[in-house]
Amino acid sequence: MSDFALPVPAKRWRVGRLLPYLLSLPSLLVCVGIVIPFVASAIYSLQRYNLAFPTGRAFIGFGNYISFLSDPSFWNTVEVSIIYTAATVGIELLLGLAIAMLLRERTFINNVISVVLMLPLMTAPALASLMWKLMTNPGFGVLSWAVSLIGLSNFKWASDPHTAMLTVVLVDIWVYTPFIMILLLAGLRSLPPAPFEAAQLDGVPGRFVFFRVTLPMLSPFIVTACLFRLLDSIQQFDIIYAMTQGGPGDSLMVFQVGAYLEFFQYTNVGRSAALLMVLWVITYFLSDRFVRQWHKLRERRQGHA
Amino acid sequence: MSDKARDLCKARVAGRISRREFGKRITALGIGAAAADGLLQASYTRAMAASFDWMKYKGTTVKLLLNKHPYADAMIADLDAFRALTGMDVKYDIFPEDVYFDKVTAALSSRSSQYDAFMTGAYQTWQYGPAGWLVDMNEYLHDAGKTAPDYDFEDMLPNLRASDSWSGVPGAPLGGTGAKQWAIPWGFELYSISYNRNIFDQLKITPPENLPDLIEKATKITKDAGGPYGVGVRGSRSWATIHPGFLSGYTNYGARDFTVADGKLKSAVDSAESKAFHELWVKMIQEAGPKNWATYTWYQVGQDLGAGASGMIYDADILGYFMNGAGNKEAGHIGYTPIAPNPEAKGPTSNIWIWSLALSNFSNAKDAAWYFIQWATSKQHDMFGARKKDLVDPVRASVWADKVFQDRIAGSYPGYLETYKATAPDAKIYFTPQPLFFNVTTEWAAALQRMVAKEVAVSEGLDQLAATINRELRDAGIG
Repeated sequence: MSDFALPVPAKRWRVGRLLPYLLSLPSLLVCVGIVIPFVASAIYSLQRYNLAFPTGRAFIGFGNYISFLSDPSFWNTVEVSIIYTAATVGIELLLGLAIAMLLRERTFINNVISVVLMLPLMTAPALASLMWKLMTNPGFGVLSWAVSLIGLSNFKWASDPHTAMLTVVLVDIWVYTPFIMILLLAGLRSLPPAPFEAAQLDGVPGRFVFFRVTLPMLSPFIVTACLFRLLDSIQQFDIIYAMTQGGPGDSLMVFQVGAYLEFFQYTNVGRSAALLMVLWVITYFLSDRFVRQWHKLRERRQGHA
Repeated sequence: MSDKARDLCKARVAGRISRREFGKRITALGIGAAAADGLLQASYTRAMAASFDWMKYKGTTVKLLLNKHPYADAMIADLDAFRALTGMDVKYDIFPEDVYFDKVTAALSSRSSQYDAFMTGAYQTWQYGPAGWLVDMNEYLHDAGKTAPDYDFEDMLPNLRASDSWSGVPGAPLGGTGAKQWAIPWGFELYSISYNRNIFDQLKITPPENLPDLIEKATKITKDAGGPYGVGVRGSRSWATIHPGFLSGYTNYGARDFTVADGKLKSAVDSAESKAFHELWVKMIQEAGPKNWATYTWYQVGQDLGAGASGMIYDADILGYFMNGAGNKEAGHIGYTPIAPNPEAKGPTSNIWIWSLALSNFSNAKDAAWYFIQWATSKQHDMFGARKKDLVDPVRASVWADKVFQDRIAGSYPGYLETYKATAPDAKIYFTPQPLFFNVTTEWAAALQRMVAKEVAVSEGLDQLAATINRELRDAGIG
């Protein structure tokens, strides 16, 4: 009997030893799946690699990055991306916070309004861009008609470099303000009522309560909303590409649109990958700063509690 | 089909009787025109099959990548004839032009065997060919075992054959020494004026003869027509803005895109001729173009003409043709006229766009796909598209000479043929072939947008553009 029983513990031992590895295998595969394209992009970004010049492919170290430094179009891309990100996130934050404050009370009407305000967020950004493209058409667009009523009869919206940024920022605000609004509304409604009740009993002015009580308590939610929107905004593609393909001129040439054109139109793999790596560095830096800030705020909040 | 009708069709296919004679005798047999046409088409198919083993790849399926275009619609409508001739099947994916070439690039750059053949323009082959993504069609054209004896490649218009043929050496002429046939011409377009006759009659103006005249008349339309603007041209930040009327006029003013010396290219967009032309073109858009010109593609230019929102367009002749058809508000009101933009030029110098068929180097069924391309660019299919569908700028001389086609166009689209005949002699690709075509033309379109928006003066903008292009050429080692 003992001869037959011996192999069983050995098998159990093998399975038991392998089990942690087997269980972690899916996450390992996901990590590999994420890392492979990233590493490939990093390698391509160090090459002179244009598909239309197969014989010219060569390792050039940081050549692509160095050429960016002296390329005015790269600095234009940096500038446009920063302006777009700052404008969209800043305005969306202010609007989202204002709307959330207005809808703070849990009433039936407020709940209905908050659901209705969520509708733009459910529209695909590319479709929203097409809708706005029609609404801003100088021939028949309802918005063109509306601005003509206040004397702006020749307003060219996305067709004019001076107003193109305003137009795409408006579309972004229309689509994404509800995202910030709903996040901040959830935050506001989760705040403990005691400090607000005490302030009311003491007759503290509303402005003081907002700046000294509401905002500090809401700051982790604000930081979270800002983080998500910043990362999304700096990587903007669909709204701008659908409306203007980065034009007029280079007025809306953000990172993703630039990288897309470099690959799909110019077949320049090396330069496209280098642009995306620069974008990754910016995104990583921003995320890191925000996550650190978020941890600090959370610790402070827990400390106060 | 009676024996007599069959014999008549055979005689017509063999060229023993004229078309008029055939028509007379088949009518005498009591067969109507439509039925006679069907019988004749079937006879052509049988004749093709008799002279060449079209059934060699029977049972094979060929997969195509197509752009949504009336030329593609004409081909799809005739696919049953191909299936009957070869016993092969054809499957296809079809995409609108906005995303079409991105799909092609994605499929070819990933070396996918998903598509065997696809629609392309000549400019794209300047990228795809050197990248090793295309098969050199000379391999097939010069192989009597693979190409039907009656295919007659020489029947295709010479400038079109040359346009799809290039050695891959930047700056080397199209169709020159060592050129590879990267694609086969299938249907094309050239650039002239299509105008709204009602608006011109209402304002008592005649079609423009040159660019200064065009600007004057377009400005009058914008001011006096009560709504429509003067002239529609493309303006999006894309290569497609540069190649139609813009490059045709640019060439007519004696300007060139590059100078080539010792195998190196140098941008010529800052030349005096270029600056003179750009000044006029920018003025034309500012004074008489669409308000949102910077977003205009082929679709918006055409739609405005068809809807009566513009007085004229300087774009593809076939776009004016399509907008004159049923379903458009201005159907039947569109006129056509050739234009030599430079008042001192001898005649028009139209650039051309050629829809061509190319064979993927990654296809697993290259020979079968060549059979498809051979059929789709054959006289028989070209004739079918021209006579019965909207393949109205066919690539074959024999089809242009066809009386049925000519009568059909002359009857329903007056002025179209005359405009074509006046524009065609000097119509060809006027770009210098080089693999950075899309970089250069997209930068060019962006510069044009800045000039029209008055962000930069024309002369200064062109100097900056030349510097940008020259830097890109140097980085690529060709400038």
